[in-house]
Amino acid sequence: MKFTLSWLKRHLETEATIDEVVEAMTLAGLEVEDVENPAEKLSEFSIGKVLTAEKHPDADKLKVCTVETRDGTKTIVCGAPNARADMTVAYAPLGAYIPGLDFSLDKKPRKIRGIESSGMMCSGKELEVDEDADGILDLPQTLEMGTPLADALNMNDPVIDFEVTPNRPDWLGVNSIARDLAAVGLGKLITPPTNLTPPKFETDQKIRVEDTEGCPAFVGRHIRGVKNGPSPKWLQDQLKAIGLRPISALVDITNYITYDRARPLHFYDVSKLTGSIIVRRGEGEKFEALDDRTYTATEDDVVIADESGILGLGGIVGGESSSCDENTTDILIESAYFDPLTIRRSAKRLGVNSDAKYRFERGVDTGGLIEGCELATQLVLEICGGEASDIVIGGEIPADPDPIKFDPMQVNKLTSLSLSDEEMNTILTKLGFTVKHGPIWKVTVPSFRRDCTEDADLVEEIARIHGYHNLEAVSLPPLPGRREPTATLTQNRTRLARRALALRGLSESVTWSFALDEHAALFGGDNPALRVDNPISNDLNTMRPSALIHLLLAGQRNADKGYPGAALFELGPVFDGQAPNDQSLSLAGMRRVESVRDWSGMEDISALTAKADTLEALDAMGVSADNLMLMEAIGDYWHPGRSGSLRMGPKKVLANFGELHPRVLKAMGIEGRVVAFEIWPEALPAPRKKNASKSKGALTLSDFMPVTRDFAFIVPDATAANDVLRAAQGADKKLISNVTLFDIYQGKGVEEGHKSLAIEVTLAPTDATLTDKEIDAVSDKIIEGVMKVGGRLRG
Amino acid sequence: MRKTSKRGSYKADTCPPSSYAERPATMADIDSVKTKIAAQIKAASDLQTLDEVRVAALGKKGEVSLMMRELGKMSVEEKKVMGPALNGLKNDLNALVEQKKTELENRALDAALASETMDMSLPITRRKGTLHPVPQVMEEMAVIFSDMGFSVAEGPDIEDDFHNFTALNFPPGHPARDIHDTFFMSPVGDEEKKVLRTHTSPVQIRTMISQKPPIRIIAPGRTYRSDSDQTHTPMFHQVEGLVIDKGIHMGHLKGVLMDFVSAFFETDVDVQFRPHHFPFTEPSAEMDVRYQRDGAAIKIGQGESWMEILGCGMVHPNVLRACDLDPEEYQGFAFGMGVDRLAMLKYGMPDLRDMFAADTRWLGHYGFDPLLQANLATGLS
Repeated sequence: MKFTLSWLKRHLETEATIDEVVEAMTLAGLEVEDVENPAEKLSEFSIGKVLTAEKHPDADKLKVCTVETRDGTKTIVCGAPNARADMTVAYAPLGAYIPGLDFSLDKKPRKIRGIESSGMMCSGKELEVDEDADGILDLPQTLEMGTPLADALNMNDPVIDFEVTPNRPDWLGVNSIARDLAAVGLGKLITPPTNLTPPKFETDQKIRVEDTEGCPAFVGRHIRGVKNGPSPKWLQDQLKAIGLRPISALVDITNYITYDRARPLHFYDVSKLTGSIIVRRGEGEKFEALDDRTYTATEDDVVIADESGILGLGGIVGGESSSCDENTTDILIESAYFDPLTIRRSAKRLGVNSDAKYRFERGVDTGGLIEGCELATQLVLEICGGEASDIVIGGEIPADPDPIKFDPMQVNKLTSLSLSDEEMNTILTKLGFTVKHGPIWKVTVPSFRRDCTEDADLVEEIARIHGYHNLEAVSLPPLPGRREPTATLTQNRTRLARRALALRGLSESVTWSFALDEHAALFGGDNPALRVDNPISNDLNTMRPSALIHLLLAGQRNADKGYPGAALFELGPVFDGQAPNDQSLSLAGMRRVESVRDWSGMEDISALTAKADTLEALDAMGVSADNLMLMEAIGDYWHPGRSGSLRMGPKKVLANFGELHPRVLKAMGIEGRVVAFEIWPEALPAPRKKNASKSKGALTLSDFMPVTRDFAFIVPDATAANDVLRAAQGADKKLISNVTLFDIYQGKGVEEGHKSLAIEVTLAPTDATLTDKEIDAVSDKIIEGVMKVGGRLRG
Repeated sequence: MRKTSKRGSYKADTCPPSSYAERPATMADIDSVKTKIAAQIKAASDLQTLDEVRVAALGKKGEVSLMMRELGKMSVEEKKVMGPALNGLKNDLNALVEQKKTELENRALDAALASETMDMSLPITRRKGTLHPVPQVMEEMAVIFSDMGFSVAEGPDIEDDFHNFTALNFPPGHPARDIHDTFFMSPVGDEEKKVLRTHTSPVQIRTMISQKPPIRIIAPGRTYRSDSDQTHTPMFHQVEGLVIDKGIHMGHLKGVLMDFVSAFFETDVDVQFRPHHFPFTEPSAEMDVRYQRDGAAIKIGQGESWMEILGCGMVHPNVLRACDLDPEEYQGFAFGMGVDRLAMLKYGMPDLRDMFAADTRWLGHYGFDPLLQANLATGLS
């Protein structure tokens, strides 16, 4: 909402400077977004008087003028056809920035066709004060030489733009802004009372409201004998200052009252009406609106019609057919109340915006229907003449809001402010409320403040006007009882896992929760329920099933910029449906397989690197892979031969890892190979419930030396090494403390399709040193165990 | 030692021991033997030679041992003189051998080390990743609020209208909903369209419905609004806070947020509370911090300008009622702030969109060392 300081002063008697006004607005909750003083861009310009104007000796269209300026008498060569002696002009000195031309004059005089010119005389367009480019500004002779141009043009009037919060539609009128500023003590509210114009005749214009839901009330008045034309300068200036284009007196009056009182109005040309005004729902008819568009009104829209058809969309936009023009002599004033929800839905569906719609959808003052009509009457009679009829009302003016039973103690209870009854009473009264005292106050709410319905609302009004800076900051009282950790298990676990991954060289990223549906499909997603109805862009149109999607894309983007070895991870949500339980937390990461050229030859990235990432992350989260099952990865985006999953039991998958399927990468435009992992931290088993004690229990250290024995087993290629290791470990869980795979061999001595796995088994006795016999017995069990998974001792 | 002293393992010396065995030794003999053997020890060029010298002199059949054997043949008077002299000879030679041995061992080690070199300038590959600023800042916030007794609560990103709007006192069809530029999900059957939560306030609602006061939570998480430019992204992050108890008032709200903001920026920050409007709080406020622009950088806590950093207020009675809490009995406050924006202000990233682009150079520059853990004892970052 924009308004000017001078407009505010029509309602508020104040000596406050613009800075003080802005400060007071800010502290009263009117959030100022911008202050612009048109005088600032005119600061270099002043009034000059043309003394002589002669034709340029060498140019037909140029004149050589001598101009009396505050910088002395200057010779200025000018191309304007209207330049003449004794003219009062806008003078721009050398070096001045000309806003309309977007350039600065030279700092030194310039020769124009051989004659030195020292400055410029400007047109309205060059100064951006009007659209006139045909000649230089021809200003009143009464202006004194040297007067700053902004003062001369009455443009030293700052424009304030502020945010109107949805609860305060009344702030869309300058009078309400003034009321709040008066309440905070910035000045005195002086909104002039509206004249009640006695009727000169009885109108035969009938108004019939059929749709009382969409338009509860329509206040009308017929004024005859008006003369439309340009509006007076003060009115034009006010509108122009806030960026509105003056059109004609009648249109300008409605715009003025819209901004002055947040009261949209509409004037019909009575000569263009056929019979009664009817307020009803649309019936699918088309009409030409004042915004040069054609609309089709349906039963969802409130329309104003007459007996020949539709005239306009009530509260949104008027129609061409009944609009006022320069020949209009009889007008019908519409001062109506439209249902905010109906307006909002219609305007949204039809894609219309207007000052009227903006106000009606927020709710206009129901108490201002008659007053708005009277104010319009007063201005029309003042400016356009004519005589007014009686006021006719269609429908019924909505009742005033219910009074609030207000407990003044609530102010202290909610805010801790201690104000006297008198202070509170003064604030409420200045804001337009009336107070009837008692232990519980009865507070009458003005019709323009329907946002106030209960105690808390009045508390806010009192605290807001008194000032939040008066609130004393207090620390929260400590909570009773022992301090518990404030983070959840998963939060603590992921905090550590993220660090473990970063220490392994992966960088944490945060990427969109949305993805492209085609990509989602590659990762088992693209559930129709996960499509976003109104996506920000077509490539972010569904909720992601996997965090890998954007990590992969980001990896490729980095590669495209010349940084091919991205290793990234992300902790974030993935989606499987719309219900809260369909969302899970994923800790996913990926490494692009780039051959790292390093002298040491280490660090070749493979699917097993992703396995190591997974195990490190799980370990950081307190989960040992020893207790998990290693099975095939879930999802066909994994390389079928180089991937796996870790599970707690056959169905509960905790993590997938491995190389990604080359087909999926190709479909996403990812070059090269990528290894990745996905871990579901919320699926991890909770640590075993410890007793209240955090004690770790006693540690017994065996005094007996552990012994090691080596074995080599021949197994078919396809046999997982882990199966052999587990079989060996399982031979005597108590005695065998460790099994290490120390060599894998294929080649001479091992038949085709087989491999030799060499393991070292550590036996750690606890009771007595092992005898050879005991060691042999365990060895036999190990060999037996490994045979069960298809291995045989290498001879 | 044993191995080298085996019989027959030494070769005969130039002076056969038999020459002394023929007659008892004299003091002159001792001196000459000492001189001779000391010279041999000194000349030994390796451990094996040295041992041979030692055995030839001090071994069972060594020259000195044979000389000592002659003692038995001497008179008591002679013994008194020659006994200590021969012992002295033996000890002196032993000491010389040990000294030479140490010398030879050191020399051998030095020689071995001379060939065991490595280029210590070879580069070592260290790859440490970084942690993203958004989770970092969320952790910082969690640490500060944890100190004031706030727990961390979470909720789903796909929300229903009730939790995202209606329970938060956004009347259906109210223009306040427009401000949120809501993303809607595809409709499923006849159900009302779900939304992507426009703030983390629905977590407050879920908490108030499922938990009895006193409540002290913060709700960090992803939020979504259909907006995109240098300072807006369709996905962003919020941390909201909620305190519900008996006797909680706006002074507490001010106290908590003032404490928070100075702790977060790790400097004294001057704040200003201004009235504002949010459907879910009444009275409502925005908090500004003092700041100064210094070129492209923004300095929080200095200067004459104010910058809005969060919205807050006393929980609206309608919100309490929607969660079955009696506003006569309980009251409290709520606040919400943009994590990404606060991260940018604190750590100086110029463009919000870069936060989600996962450019490795950006992550390297703005990311955090994984060994750091935000905490109040050692500092937040």
